[in-house]
Amino acid sequence: MKPLALTAFTATSCLGRGVQAMRAALEGERTGLAPCAFETVTLDTHVGEVRGVDDERLPAELQAFECRNNRLALSGLRQDGFDEAVRAAARRLGPERIGVWLGTSTSGILETELAYRRLDPASGALPADFRYHGAHNTFSVAAFVQRALGLGGPAAVISSACSSSAKVFASARRAIEAGLVDAAVVGGVDSLCLTTLYGFHSLQLVARASCRPFDVGRDGLSIGEAAAFALLERPGSGLGADAVLLLGTGESSDAWHMSSPHPEGRGASAAMTQALAAARLTPGEVDYINFHGTGTPSNDAAEARAVAAVLGTEVPGSSTKGATGHTLGAAGGLEAVVCALALRHGLMPGGVNTRVIDPELRVNYLLENRPARLRHVMSNSFGFGGSNCSLIFGRAG
Amino acid sequence: MSAVLTAWVESVGLLGPGLPDWPAAAQVLSGAAPYEARRTAIPPLACLPPAERRRTGKVVRLALTVGLEAVARAGANAAALPAVFSSSGGDGENCHEICQVLASADRQISPTRFHNSVHNAASGYWGIATGATAASNALCAYDASFAAGLLEALVQVRIDETAVLLIAYDADYPEPMRSVRPIPDAFGVAVLLTPVARPGSLARLTADLGAAPADVLPDPRLETLRAQVPAARSLPLLRRIARTERAAVVIDYLGRQRLQLEVSPCH
Repeated sequence: MKPLALTAFTATSCLGRGVQAMRAALEGERTGLAPCAFETVTLDTHVGEVRGVDDERLPAELQAFECRNNRLALSGLRQDGFDEAVRAAARRLGPERIGVWLGTSTSGILETELAYRRLDPASGALPADFRYHGAHNTFSVAAFVQRALGLGGPAAVISSACSSSAKVFASARRAIEAGLVDAAVVGGVDSLCLTTLYGFHSLQLVARASCRPFDVGRDGLSIGEAAAFALLERPGSGLGADAVLLLGTGESSDAWHMSSPHPEGRGASAAMTQALAAARLTPGEVDYINFHGTGTPSNDAAEARAVAAVLGTEVPGSSTKGATGHTLGAAGGLEAVVCALALRHGLMPGGVNTRVIDPELRVNYLLENRPARLRHVMSNSFGFGGSNCSLIFGRAG
Repeated sequence: MSAVLTAWVESVGLLGPGLPDWPAAAQVLSGAAPYEARRTAIPPLACLPPAERRRTGKVVRLALTVGLEAVARAGANAAALPAVFSSSGGDGENCHEICQVLASADRQISPTRFHNSVHNAASGYWGIATGATAASNALCAYDASFAAGLLEALVQVRIDETAVLLIAYDADYPEPMRSVRPIPDAFGVAVLLTPVARPGSLARLTADLGAAPADVLPDPRLETLRAQVPAARSLPLLRRIARTERAAVVIDYLGRQRLQLEVSPCH
């Protein structure tokens, strides 16, 4: 594929707002996970909550989009000058020439969950302030971001569970290559809600405390929330050496089970192999891998097998979900920003919380930060329904 | 760089109110047969193992039924096809059940309800049913979901030079969601798109972004269906394919944007 430049990027998660906060937390090997005090949830687990999300106020003309997910989206857009970078690109290229592809798994479903507590006792009707289009519908976050940034081109939400905001990079790069748009806002926004907290709990996939990806004693995932964005453009001539490029994308399906990965990581292997081919790289040229690494026994086992089969057992890797939690539909976008920071600042982040690496998992798992000059890094994202996506990023020079 | 996208329509699968499959729908849309409105009847799925079959709701059955019809009419190998699933609302019944339980005292939702709640549930079951291991997407663009799915599929046909199966589907919510999102009935359409003409191709299709008003349907009941169900925004395009006539077609997309299509029959 033709490489694209990430001309702007930003991330907001439990590690903080903006990339400086994220970088400081990663460099300090800190976790943002804390005991769950979200809403009325009584589950004994840790979550990665972004503080103060509900203090965010949407502009008056966008009140129809009020919900926690869009408040988080707006907070994210305002960090690192991301919104200004998109507006500048819109002035240059035309607002209709910039597409929006965003991932989310649950959109504004929290508002629906809360509205169901307030159904009319006589008629069973939803409260009058319920917003289907602006909050509940899966597309709401892309419609909101498009309007908040003043864009008027193609837009879609990709909602394939935990691969959603990795797959947006693949859809956007095809659309740019086809000339449908000249640039794209990509990323993901997912926010805490009862559906995912109680849902993963019902599947017995939630860690008792904080998740410990690839640990011999790992016992599940920790749910987090995040808003992460990148602006993708064709690389111009003025790119600096530390500019970050999207080099390869790979997508596949497990065709196996709705909520368990293929035990040998068949689909994961296919996605990684495709991404390498798209980037025209050999396995030995990948310097670091940001694992999907949810911390569930089955995910990490399947991913380790797939990585060993495609990249071998030596390439250093880690999961940053011990720091951020699993941000589900935002995870691909969030970890793309981790990869961008890794490339730019020469930092392979160690996997926090993990203490004893599972000896069954034949990967070179980093328990501590390691500085290194990185050229190419891979990010994996796998979701329910057997949806897999691998991305490869690199430095311009 | 031209943004005009081109593909060939290899086959269609369809299921909607009074439209039990593509040949019957083509008869109605071409004017050769009268339209008789009837609730959409979604058949059980023979293609899934019994355990998985029991777990699927009507939305998944709708999506898989039209997908299988399109694949069968083309004699294609579903296992090798990339797919684009697009739906405005996903599984509304499942969502309603989850929200009811979460608003109750015990909050213990079932694992099956939870894994069926993902927007890509149909894509996941499609893989299990057909063995399809290629890329599969799951899109939502509210009322623009059909056109967004078509654009995604056409771009993929062009860039990856592969056949792509588009499956767009929507079903009605139960109350109380039905009152705030009044989709009257289930409607699904699958279109198998190929990068080059084949002996069985139905039509050549080109697409570009435009702003002209969307085409409406001459039959007022079908026009109501088009206006009320996002996946049925496909009907003006399907009507031109059914009538095997060369025509320009405009379908609804996002906000003021439309998709400007050209349909050229192959026979």
